Amino acid sequence: MTFFDLARRNVSRHWLRSTLAVIGIVIGVIAIASMGILGNSIGLMFEEMVTDVGDTIVVYPASGSGTMAFTERQVSDITRAAGSNRVIPFASTFDTVTVGETKSGAMIYAIPAGDIPFLLDKEAGTYPRDTGAGCMIGSKLAENSKTTGLKLGARIKIGSDTLRVTGVLTERGMGFDINPDYAIVVPYRWYSNHYDKDEYDQVIVKVRNINDLDAVREAIEEKMNRREDVVNVMDTKAILESIFEAADSITVFLMGIGAISLIVAGVSILNVMMMSVTERIREIGVLRSIGTRRNEVMRMFIYEALILGIVGALIGGVLSFCTGYLMTAVLVGSPDYLYNIKSILYIVFGMAFGIVTSAASGLYPAWKAAHLNPIQALRHE
Amino acid sequence: MPVIRFDNVTKVYPLPAGDVVALAGIDLDIEEGEFILVMGPSGSGKSTLLNIMGSLDVPTSGEVTIAGKQISRMTDDELTLMRRDHIGFVFQQFNLIPLLSVVENVEYPLILRGRKSGSRERAEEVLRSVGITETHFTHKPGELSGGQQQRAAIARALVNSPDFLLCDEPTGNLDTKTGTAIMDLIAQMNREEGKTVVTVTHDPRMTAYADRTIQLVDGRVV
Ligand SMILES: Nc1ncnc2c1ncn2[C@@H]1O[C@H](COP(=O)(O)OP(=O)(O)OP(=O)(O)O)[C@@H](O)[C@H]1O
Ligand SMILES: [Mg+2]
Repeated sequence: MTFFDLARRNVSRHWLRSTLAVIGIVIGVIAIASMGILGNSIGLMFEEMVTDVGDTIVVYPASGSGTMAFTERQVSDITRAAGSNRVIPFASTFDTVTVGETKSGAMIYAIPAGDIPFLLDKEAGTYPRDTGAGCMIGSKLAENSKTTGLKLGARIKIGSDTLRVTGVLTERGMGFDINPDYAIVVPYRWYSNHYDKDEYDQVIVKVRNINDLDAVREAIEEKMNRREDVVNVMDTKAILESIFEAADSITVFLMGIGAISLIVAGVSILNVMMMSVTERIREIGVLRSIGTRRNEVMRMFIYEALILGIVGALIGGVLSFCTGYLMTAVLVGSPDYLYNIKSILYIVFGMAFGIVTSAASGLYPAWKAAHLNPIQALRHE
Repeated sequence: MPVIRFDNVTKVYPLPAGDVVALAGIDLDIEEGEFILVMGPSGSGKSTLLNIMGSLDVPTSGEVTIAGKQISRMTDDELTLMRRDHIGFVFQQFNLIPLLSVVENVEYPLILRGRKSGSRERAEEVLRSVGITETHFTHKPGELSGGQQQRAAIARALVNSPDFLLCDEPTGNLDTKTGTAIMDLIAQMNREEGKTVVTVTHDPRMTAYADRTIQLVDGRVV
């Protein structure tokens, strides 16, 4: 029998009241943890969708400038402004593609053959050469076309020309420049001959040193937009940053909601503890009169609050995991996000916050109990 | 050297309607082994006197010396330890802790003192010596009769072998027969174990037990 024992017995003596207080903490912990997990998963989802690491500048014709596409000349101007960084111009179109007997529409990206390896990774086969009639297909397109026979080595017809699939690209996810996962990538020269075009839709600049990004961007803008705005320059770093910022503030906002519910739970613990002190005033007087010191009385009541808090946090932690699983599976589409270290940390954080809130709520009632005048407490009816 | 010495002790409760003088200059010496009865009309300051003797309260002026220590210079913790180690309290309302079983109530002061091993045996031994049967040890206090609860309370007061026992109307809530049995028990502790006992009572028949009776009126010894 210790002070902890006394606290435990008092908690179980009023089990209904204690259960209600624990439920409050449980809800609070679940709210904090699952909101944190949700926010974190949204962030992770963005991160996964956006493969660029932020080293890319995309240059495209300014709207309303009269320029619809870039000429060779303009591309070489951009190349000069970009200095030693690799400049990859490309064009894109949508066309009907025939594989064997199957016709379907597909996105087609035309990139100078020498630049393709610098922009896209291959999963199988080889990169096409500028002179041959080869092409590459996106990983998702390859995956989804098993029945039609669109695979490595297959022949596809675009209009009257036949192209051989020389390679399959690695999955790239959603990008700000191009999205080749469901597309066909052809050498620019083939595109230029086939469609009789010699202009580019956009230009991608891969900046080698991320610190040069702003300088390169400015150099391009200065060079191209001398008289009027010919180009718009977008750098993915800024976009990524703003997206991650948004994801972070969503997390903070969601967790704020959780924190409020925990504070409400804290108030309910405070209430339970105040009741516990008030109805035991006489008992506290007895304890003090037979030699229990102030800090011992205080400890007894803090233990009581801690028991409520720890039980609530433990139940809340387990339920958070379940809620987190459901939420990531249903809302975000992949429970894998839950097994991320940050998601687990949110559960731990929620539990810790629950315990701290309970202890803090118990502090004042415990202090009050410890500083009762023993004689007045003994006279209390 | 007396166990308890009061030297011109006053206790004043300041109230908005005016000060209430509960004790007005008390001089008192209680020797070891004495059985003292404190009597007097309601409101005469008996409980206040006992509380100050028990270091539950401190005097407004004057000096109280308990077991050789002056209590006016003590901190709250020191006063509490004084109660724990030197004083046994018995109250009119028994005041057992409802959360604890009878034997745990008696064990509690031992545990407060940090005694781990043998505390249960010691508690049981004291309970037996005050006449509680084994079958009642694990009951909650509310399941016992008033007389049994007061016996358990006396056991709790005695378990730490205090220097003296302070009883505030220990028979006030009991019928005459049970009350007499409790007084017999207290007297027995005084006779056989040599405990100093101070008991507040309204019952004039109790004077038969006492070595000395102190009459209080309006906070003065008469
Ligand atoms: N905490 C307090 N605040 C104010 N006045 C008090 C307090 N405690 C006691 N008094 C006053 O001090 C006086 C003595 O009270 P005390 O309780 O010592 O009397 P008593 O002799 O024990 O009476 P009873 O026989 O009714 O128990 C009374 O007038 C009482 O009103
Ligand atoms: Mg009284």
